[in-house]
Amino acid sequence: MLGKTARGLFWMFRYLERSENTARLVDAGFRIALTRSAAASDEWSSIVTTAGVREAYLEKHSQFAAAPVIDFLLRDRSNSSSVMSVVDAARANARMVRTALTREVWEATNECWITLKDLLARQVAETDLPDVLAVIRRQSALVRGALHGTMLRNDIYDFARIGTFVERADNTARILDVKYYVLLPSVSHVGSSLDNVQWETILRSVSAQRAYRWISGGTASPMGIAELLILDRRMPRSLAFCTAQLRENLAFLADDYGAALPCHDLAEGIYRDLIDRSIESIFDSRLHDFLGEFIRRNNELGARIEHDYRFYG
Amino acid sequence: MNGNGEGPREPYCEYCRWFAGEDPARLRKKTQEAETFFRRTGITFNVYGQEEAAERLIPFDIVPHIISDREWARLARGIEQRVRAINAFLHDIYHRQEILLAGRIPVDLISNNEAWLPQMVGVSPPGGIYTHIVGVDIVRTGENEFFVLEDNARTPSGVSYMLENRETMLHMFPGLFSRIKVREVSDYPKKLRRSLAACAPAGAADPPVVAVLTPGIHNSAYFEHSFLADQMGVELVEGHDLSVVEGRIAMRTTQGFTPIDVLYRRIDDDYLDPLCFNPDSMLGVPGIMDAYRAGNITIANAPGAGISDDKAIYSYMPEIVEFYTGEKAILSNVPTWRCSDADALAYVLEHLGELVVKEVHGSGGYGMLVGPAASKKEIAAFAAKLKARPANYIAQPTLALSTVPILTRSGLAPRHVDLRPFVLASPSRIDITPGGLTRVALKAGSLVVNSSQGGGTKDTWVLEE
Repeated sequence: MLGKTARGLFWMFRYLERSENTARLVDAGFRIALTRSAAASDEWSSIVTTAGVREAYLEKHSQFAAAPVIDFLLRDRSNSSSVMSVVDAARANARMVRTALTREVWEATNECWITLKDLLARQVAETDLPDVLAVIRRQSALVRGALHGTMLRNDIYDFARIGTFVERADNTARILDVKYYVLLPSVSHVGSSLDNVQWETILRSVSAQRAYRWISGGTASPMGIAELLILDRRMPRSLAFCTAQLRENLAFLADDYGAALPCHDLAEGIYRDLIDRSIESIFDSRLHDFLGEFIRRNNELGARIEHDYRFYG
Repeated sequence: MNGNGEGPREPYCEYCRWFAGEDPARLRKKTQEAETFFRRTGITFNVYGQEEAAERLIPFDIVPHIISDREWARLARGIEQRVRAINAFLHDIYHRQEILLAGRIPVDLISNNEAWLPQMVGVSPPGGIYTHIVGVDIVRTGENEFFVLEDNARTPSGVSYMLENRETMLHMFPGLFSRIKVREVSDYPKKLRRSLAACAPAGAADPPVVAVLTPGIHNSAYFEHSFLADQMGVELVEGHDLSVVEGRIAMRTTQGFTPIDVLYRRIDDDYLDPLCFNPDSMLGVPGIMDAYRAGNITIANAPGAGISDDKAIYSYMPEIVEFYTGEKAILSNVPTWRCSDADALAYVLEHLGELVVKEVHGSGGYGMLVGPAASKKEIAAFAAKLKARPANYIAQPTLALSTVPILTRSGLAPRHVDLRPFVLASPSRIDITPGGLTRVALKAGSLVVNSSQGGGTKDTWVLEE
């Protein structure tokens, strides 16, 4: 496979994953704004930070309010992480690697782009927002479905999956990092309505409300939420799940190519550090530091994969 | 539908019987269906100079262009003869230049030609083939009367439309194909790969490694590049994927460099090698010409092949065919006035209202004058351009082209078309896919079929015996 093709697949699926994650973030913010208008501005601010576009946002807007934030995150092409920008980029990458994709995957990606371009051509009215967000998530899911259903499990598939999980791990870690303070035992007043709303937001932004209800049996605790999103390998957006998938797909590549590379050691290290941890030890060593370190190592892994598999040269 | 407006010609009879039994509303709906199909598949072309690198669909007409097996047999013989002559001409012109020595074509036509590459003098491409893929543009004026409009010997495009148009028709009208036996086109990619592999240099891998070189996703024909690479099962590469490694051209893969034996390039000569041609080119591969001259890679089509499809050279094609094959040309040339000639220029200036005037190096239907369709003002403006640079133009009469039917809101209507069959040349054979790309002028009476100027396409049927 061409190094360029590996790069195209990696980024195509990173971008698709990002479109879905951004839609979830906006959904979570919108929910808070509806239910607790007093906290809305703070909430939009933290969502912009989580999306990693705070600086770019402040260059254009001075206040954090629903309309400008939603527009910036969904439609603004000057924001390279807006849903429209990343769907553009995903499709451009898909075109570049068209020969590596099945017709189904290409057509799902192309339809995703056609649909969203149309849907996001104008400012999204608040009444339409839930529908629009649902369509964004669904379009991304359709591409993923086509990928699972039609693609050969070879290196092409591995690079697509690796892109997905590098992005997803980063996203979940950022959500936790921006909100880590509401999970700390010291400031939480269990059962207070503020915390309940904040916890709910965290769960909602990774579509884990239902999963958490099943697991916790109805009692919400910050440590329980953190454990679900960091260490629970059954939860498809948890850090443990993502790193296990990364390790596995990288191992397939090493098998396929008959060569273990530095990125394999890195992935193994990240995986080991998570898998043997208890949630208590993570809280003891300061949640914020732990998450910062995780984000750094996950980025390093992405860069290492680019290098080891000759994405650029 | 007989081409002269007097009822259908013979090859259309069965189609017409089928058509008469169809509901017109259903057929019009099929047209929309085809459009959705093309857009979803991403069969689009980019229009340069428009916002957002706009991707457009080429309009598709659901009525096929039908050719009888007898007419096709004659056409194919004529095309094969022409392609043999073109390859012989190219070899000669970059070696001994016998045709110039014999005085059959003027020397300055070659020496002053931009498409002539001095870097190719004395270079013998692997297998002796210069134009591996040729698209010959043909029009019909009557029963067995075909004229060649243009030979496309550089990087002819459109073959993906030939294939996708057929796929679309099969998808929409399966019953039609069991009723009428049409010759297959779908094995073109397989033949292309075989033909390219047969032109591999000595010392190539077995089987030879073939790749398609594209300028990238913003190129107007990118869809076709990726389509062909996909269908052939070979890599689609860009210049920055390639390097010279130990004298060979190699592509950067996830596991290191893999040498390429045959490069089907879809970029122009000028961009191929910044060390040899345009030094600012970012699309090509520095050093590829050295590897080529050392016989380490096949470039298809060969650099410099464009000298054979130049519009000024075109007017000498009957002589060229005769010179190299010893036979009269089977396919006619459209009579052509070379405006570099003073008498011809005088004639052309006097008859601008009846003629089609083209730029010698132009393509895509730009920079041309269609006399009968032009206003007085346009003709006057064009005359001034013509007088300023006469050698830059040729002129041709507008032929009394036969027409084929298209489906309009008010039913079938006659339109002008041209046909581009695709020809594959390798040392052992010349292979012509039965059919080709039919381009149609959608405006009534119009002669311009270019997709960039409102033309559309149709499926092309060559009937089985």
